[in-house]
Amino acid sequence: MSDVTTVDLFALAPELAVLAGALLVLLVELFLPADSKRRVNAIGVISVLVALGFVIALATDGQARASFGNMFVVDNYALLFKAFFLSVALFVLFMSYRYFSEFRTYQGEYYFLLLSAFLGMMLMASARDLVMIFIALELVSVPGFVMAGLRKFDLRSNEGAMKFFLIGVLSVAVLLYGLSIVYGYTGTTDLVGVAEALRGMDEPFLNASILFVIVGFGFKISAVPFHFWAPDTYEGAPVPVTAFLSVASKAAGFAGLLQVCFVAFEPVAHVWALPLGVIAIVTMTVGNLTALQQTNIVRLLAYSSIGHAGYMLVPFAVVRAGETELNRTAFAAVLLYLLAYGIMNSAAFAAVVAVTRGDPTRLIADYAGLGRRAPGMATVLTLAFLSLGGIPLLVGFWAKFFVFRAAVVAGTTFAIVLASAVVINSVIAMFYYLKVLRIMWMDEPVTDEHLRPGFALNLAALGLTVLTVGAFFAFDLFARAADISTLVVAATGG
Amino acid sequence: MSWEESALTITVFLPMVGAAIIAMVPSEREEYARTIALIVSAIAFALSLIVLAGYDFGARGLQFELNTPWLSVINANYHVAIDGISLPLFVLSYLLTFLCSIYAFSHLEDPGKPRAFLALMLVLQTGMAGTFIAFDLVLFFIFWELVLVPMYFMIGIWGGPNRQYAAIKFFLYTLFGSVFMLVAFLAIFFSLPGAERTFDIVQLTQLAMEGEFDRQFQILAFLGIFLGFAIKVPMWPFHTWLPDAHTEAPTIGSVLLAGILLKMGTYGFVRIALPILPDGAVAFAPIIAVLSVIAILYGALCCLAQRDLKRLIAFSSVGHMGFVMLGISTLTPIGINAAIFGMVAHGIITGMLFFVAGSVKERYHTREIAEIGGGMFQVMPRMGGIFAFVAIASLGLPGLAGFWGEILALLAAFSPAESLQPYLGLYRTLMVFGAVGTVLTAGYFLWMMQRVMMGQAPERWKDASLEDVSPLELGAWMPLLLMTFALGILPVLVTGVTDIDVTRIMQVFG
Repeated sequence: MSDVTTVDLFALAPELAVLAGALLVLLVELFLPADSKRRVNAIGVISVLVALGFVIALATDGQARASFGNMFVVDNYALLFKAFFLSVALFVLFMSYRYFSEFRTYQGEYYFLLLSAFLGMMLMASARDLVMIFIALELVSVPGFVMAGLRKFDLRSNEGAMKFFLIGVLSVAVLLYGLSIVYGYTGTTDLVGVAEALRGMDEPFLNASILFVIVGFGFKISAVPFHFWAPDTYEGAPVPVTAFLSVASKAAGFAGLLQVCFVAFEPVAHVWALPLGVIAIVTMTVGNLTALQQTNIVRLLAYSSIGHAGYMLVPFAVVRAGETELNRTAFAAVLLYLLAYGIMNSAAFAAVVAVTRGDPTRLIADYAGLGRRAPGMATVLTLAFLSLGGIPLLVGFWAKFFVFRAAVVAGTTFAIVLASAVVINSVIAMFYYLKVLRIMWMDEPVTDEHLRPGFALNLAALGLTVLTVGAFFAFDLFARAADISTLVVAATGG
Repeated sequence: MSWEESALTITVFLPMVGAAIIAMVPSEREEYARTIALIVSAIAFALSLIVLAGYDFGARGLQFELNTPWLSVINANYHVAIDGISLPLFVLSYLLTFLCSIYAFSHLEDPGKPRAFLALMLVLQTGMAGTFIAFDLVLFFIFWELVLVPMYFMIGIWGGPNRQYAAIKFFLYTLFGSVFMLVAFLAIFFSLPGAERTFDIVQLTQLAMEGEFDRQFQILAFLGIFLGFAIKVPMWPFHTWLPDAHTEAPTIGSVLLAGILLKMGTYGFVRIALPILPDGAVAFAPIIAVLSVIAILYGALCCLAQRDLKRLIAFSSVGHMGFVMLGISTLTPIGINAAIFGMVAHGIITGMLFFVAGSVKERYHTREIAEIGGGMFQVMPRMGGIFAFVAIASLGLPGLAGFWGEILALLAAFSPAESLQPYLGLYRTLMVFGAVGTVLTAGYFLWMMQRVMMGQAPERWKDASLEDVSPLELGAWMPLLLMTFALGILPVLVTGVTDIDVTRIMQVFG
């Protein structure tokens, strides 16, 4: 039994940097005058950059490190996700800079919560133990509950945060219940240990508890039927927080689900693969069909991200115990989809933040004629939406391609059904993406108001757009990175 | 990298670079966009002619080949090349775009905005040309999908009164088919044993000839690919997007849509579906033949019922593509040669038809045949003359380009491939129906000519003093008119190029 108290400080350096940043933000904000409180954003950015520096240092260092007795591990998977989360943190910070200073709310507290949430995400990436995963999940969720309600004067924000909180706490309770039963059967919380112990077990109650764990994560990734909080919370929250929830929070949920399903529960894949497949189909269908009806851009993006969660669940459904090649392909598909989705969804939200800053209504109709009013932002949103739809020359195409690849490799009838569902849903999704594009480029503008995005937001939007296009051509890099970051290892005998 | 290797890449991506340049033109100087587009498309056309000149017409196999690894994780390479089957369509796409950019100088529908329109047109050009030279399934798919977005915007912003509906229908219908095609491509990839897995069309054709794919799998995979290509062609009954898209699209959009985009579907059959899945092709060939002849007859009958000039021409495309697919469904070298000839001829003739229809619409401000009322020979003799010439070419008069596509397809239907012998009776019956179709085709075109061009012109058109064909228009149309004539007298201009490689590909069918 490894010593739980061992601490490798270098392995923890990125987390410590972000933690220091969070505490510093809280402290410094107290001493700033009211109109300069947004300056603490810079502290956040600096701490994220320092953390990124540490991540790069750990990557070049090469050796896998462990801390807290193998509960916290730094390997390729962890480093890839940390880099991803920190980049998203950077973009969310850029998006938040001016947005949060323009209405009466807490700024220092917001940045503290944001950085804490990203700290939780980095822990999630490194967690190789059920307890650690749980802690990380909580650390990601709780700040989210508060951040969603930061528009205190807006009733919809209060409602969204309340729904998020209640459903979130319920799901976490279910998750914990499932985890504790799994512990009861296996006697360990270490992911690899759980996998070893589960090999060959087929208790009904154990199978049920595995499904409880899936349910707990299902809430986090807004899978149907655990998605009911998402549209209201997304609509009510400040838009950068919505961006955070839809990209980073969802990715954290997937990171955890990847570890749990592909490592801990891999030997009992027959228990959860089929239910996840059904959930995948239902999620993408409900998400896309409901998005068709939306008139509010943020709700449309909420349902669209529910649809994308459905696509990301498809590779989970083809996993089979012991088949390393297949599982590696599926793992890579989820990983690549997450990376691509992070880029394109952030780009979409950057444009939405620019357009709807300050204006609470956010109707799609307000985007009419954006192509004439603000061609730059309109192009960003166009490329983001086309990428989300899966059009080539944009990174979203490869994301869908790899999901199809995973389904086709599996070859079973169910896998083909999943692939067909993705096909049909891609077409449905293109319909509402094109609807927004049409309104932006083909309709007359309703207002003459010029956008003033500010430097930080422009930088974020530009960077994300470049990535959306550039990642398409350089996708080999991403694919190779996903390959070396896989957690799926060949089953050793015995 | 030598000129040999890089020629195709430069030619294909030059329009896209041009589009980027045009996008950077400031809005005060928007008129420069037309000049830039003309220069870029002229250079691209010149490059394609250089490729044509450098092509060795006696050699079999791929030329100007470039094969470098691209996405090694999924074994997809950047493999471009050109052979006798691709060459005519490749050059045609550049010719049509060049002529469109000339035409765009004076003919751009509301709301104008030449910058956006011409940038989209050039991106479309890259997508179209790229499909014809891609020899890797993933690369092919990327170029295939690339044409959807520019055409959607072209129809949706610059189109007619019903443009929203037409644009979205076009986009979603085509996307639906092409995603199934992608799944089929992946299925082909993964059906091979690990070491042999490839997306390369050349290698897959080789493997198919060695009998690597089993028949059951071929039929399923062919179904997926069939869906993608059949919607694009469009084959009956997947044709319903075409009349709306063609009618509502702006003139240049219709020309490129009818002239090249439809050919991507039929080209896909010849390049991918038939060589890689020969057993699937044999299984589906009778069905394709039946659907083709239905398309011929259905298209002709619908044309007879049309009151809108552009919609009539759109349905004529359905009929002509029926002849092309009939040729393909015979699985013989004659049939494929007929099909490719028909593709080129249709591209030229129907492209020309849409040009004329666009100019007519601009002068009369209506597409309704009843509104036009006849007498174009009186009001605009030259326009009427050109229109009549092209209409007659389209109905298949011997001596003009349209004839050879039809006659060779029917001839091929008389004696289909060895493996289709059990269906000989079916094919010969279809040949007869196809011949009846040519009569109907002649019927609707002649009737349209009578209603539009002959007889007394209504007073208001005589008084309106409509401008006849302008020098710009004549300049844009002359190459097409000359080619219509040239291909009619010398079909060897196309078949001489295609025959060698067609025979090579069709070997698998015996």
